[in-house]
Amino acid sequence: MNTTAKASYQRPLDFKRGRIDMNHGAGGRQAAQLIEELFVQALDNPYLRQGNDGALLDIPAGHRLVMATDAHVISPLFFPGGDIGSLSVHGTLNDVAMLGARPLYLSASFVLEEGFALADLQRIVASMAHASREAGVPVVTGDTKVVERGKGDGVYISTTGIGVVPLDCHISGANAKPGDVVLLSGSIGEHGMAVLSQRESLAFGTTLVSDSAALHTLVAAMLAAAPNGAVRTLRDPTRGGLATTLNEITRQSAVGMHLQEDAIAVLPQVAGACELLGLDPLYIANEGKLVAVVDAPHAASVLAAMQAHPLGHAASQIGVVTADPHHFVQMSTRFGGRRVVDWLSGEPLPRIC
Amino acid sequence: MKHIDAYRNGDLARGLAATIAAEAKPERQYNFMEFCGGHTHALARYGIVDLLPANVRMVHGPGCPVCVLPIGRIDMAIALALEHTAIVCTYGDVLRVPASAGLSMQKAKARGADIRMVYSPADVLQIARNNPSREVVFLAIGFETTTPPTALVIQQAQRENLPNFSVLCCHVLTPSAIGHILTSPEVAEWGTLPLDGFVGPAHVSIIIGSAPYEPFATQFNKPVVISGFEPLDVMQSILMLVRQVNTGRAEVENQFTRVVTREGNRAAQAVCEQVFELRDSFEWRGLGEVAHSALQIRPAYAAWDAEKKFTLPYLRVPDHKQCDCGAILRGVKRPTDCKLFATVCTPDNPMGSCMVSSEGSCAAHYTYGRFRDIPLVTHP
Repeated sequence: MNTTAKASYQRPLDFKRGRIDMNHGAGGRQAAQLIEELFVQALDNPYLRQGNDGALLDIPAGHRLVMATDAHVISPLFFPGGDIGSLSVHGTLNDVAMLGARPLYLSASFVLEEGFALADLQRIVASMAHASREAGVPVVTGDTKVVERGKGDGVYISTTGIGVVPLDCHISGANAKPGDVVLLSGSIGEHGMAVLSQRESLAFGTTLVSDSAALHTLVAAMLAAAPNGAVRTLRDPTRGGLATTLNEITRQSAVGMHLQEDAIAVLPQVAGACELLGLDPLYIANEGKLVAVVDAPHAASVLAAMQAHPLGHAASQIGVVTADPHHFVQMSTRFGGRRVVDWLSGEPLPRIC
Repeated sequence: MKHIDAYRNGDLARGLAATIAAEAKPERQYNFMEFCGGHTHALARYGIVDLLPANVRMVHGPGCPVCVLPIGRIDMAIALALEHTAIVCTYGDVLRVPASAGLSMQKAKARGADIRMVYSPADVLQIARNNPSREVVFLAIGFETTTPPTALVIQQAQRENLPNFSVLCCHVLTPSAIGHILTSPEVAEWGTLPLDGFVGPAHVSIIIGSAPYEPFATQFNKPVVISGFEPLDVMQSILMLVRQVNTGRAEVENQFTRVVTREGNRAAQAVCEQVFELRDSFEWRGLGEVAHSALQIRPAYAAWDAEKKFTLPYLRVPDHKQCDCGAILRGVKRPTDCKLFATVCTPDNPMGSCMVSSEGSCAAHYTYGRFRDIPLVTHP
């Protein structure tokens, strides 16, 4: 791409009425125009301005690289509290941060459907740029492709994040040990229910907004509050919700967990909507929450650090890690009974009556 | 949610549990069948089973409309979508029910069938209006709770003279199923459990009222307590059943008085009466053919009856030979008695009706309660 040459005889993109057509993905002048007038302008940074196909990156010494990639396919594209643009930044940054890393760079690739309104694309890219600036992580390289009308869903965005982690920091889903404490950074289910509330077939009125947020500063605060090794596992409970995330950890670490239902916060709006649809908040997606497994002696200081951070002010201890050969996540209910908190089977579907 | 929280108060639950334990006579066994999957779900999800004394056993009944839908009916819906290229719409949890040839509606969708999940039959009507060149079929399933909305859309389609909309009617009736469990010829084959009473349907009873359950009290001498789905509702209903048994009564009592009356919703019943009539017989998955247990669309609305509009033969497809769903639905066997349970039959790969929906007894036990089958690890 060439950001310096002024396209004097080219009409600027019509962001009010214009639509994506096949030429925007053909690699010619119109593709370059879309990149220059939309992507580079919105996401502007020195790496993008170089106009190369890739980005040459600096990595601090004494660190290892962390890389995570995510494809974002969501309906609707805009929802209360976010859109596919900000989500594609937060989701990938969080995947990098869940290894204890500091995210440094992002890449983004867009698959656009022929006929997609340029105004909507502009809104999505602006939101992505805002999220990236707020997180302090630039989008340093990207790509755009266009598929024929009917072969896409408006826009798909793939993002890859690169971050760095000190050589002596080892955080993994496989590190949980019996006796460890399970911490949760806040209430669950807001993202999933906010998105569901906007679905064409379902649209229900709610004040609920997605919790979509970048969690790397919260992670940094948690790691600073305890010695190396105290925070064993970090995971963001996205698709499949808290239940699925905890089952992933117990399987990966070959342990069990025992949760206390009344320690897991659920906003009344989420609980109400779930009740109406026959869904369980434990299985509903989050985009701004994390689960941490921390060794017991340091759990209180890590929890205090979480509660002192705006994204963790409602953090709580929700359970403990057990030695369980079956790797069950069990829960003491509010009633004093017990149940298994199982893997999600298929996608959560509303029940009939 | 304040209203809901009131029915989920842990202290009240423990108090109710203590009263049940105090009043259940230690020298006798109490076997109560909760008919609805909603009750099964509440018992499992809130861990209520742990709060009941050992001699009060809850037996899961056949009250899950997804579970009892036979394979042959799903096959009909899939054929409409794949062979007749109709848009077939249904409620969410029907999509996963296994059908013939390794298919389900979800898998048929992946093979190109136009199958859509809806939250209301009114949405199907709108899809039909939006797609005048396509046939749009609503696979209508459920007990008496979901029947009136189906009746209303059929009447609406007639008013609009909507030619491309029809209903594949699979609505079934609750009292017939309870009666079948108590009297069916299969009792000889499966045996039967001495049931001491029923936790009666909640939402179903909002429509039909509590009166249709009175024959179970008078003729079969079984107490029935109509119960809400909230955990405290279920516990209070269990206590009411214990008290009836202890005093030798067999009556229909209504715990769910905040919405259920003896007569039910007369307007809803009238609409159903206009649109539907009794089928002579209908196959229930796990129970087999049950006489007068389902509804069909009256001839006056034949133009909107998918079974009449399309050539749709019903073929009975048996469940897996080793599947014990028939006995489990009657309370004769428990999920863990079935050889297939948690081996080849799991919620990810359901073989029989009780594992199909999350509210089926096997699925509920697998999902929430299977730790009870194995030594429990409680501490690090």
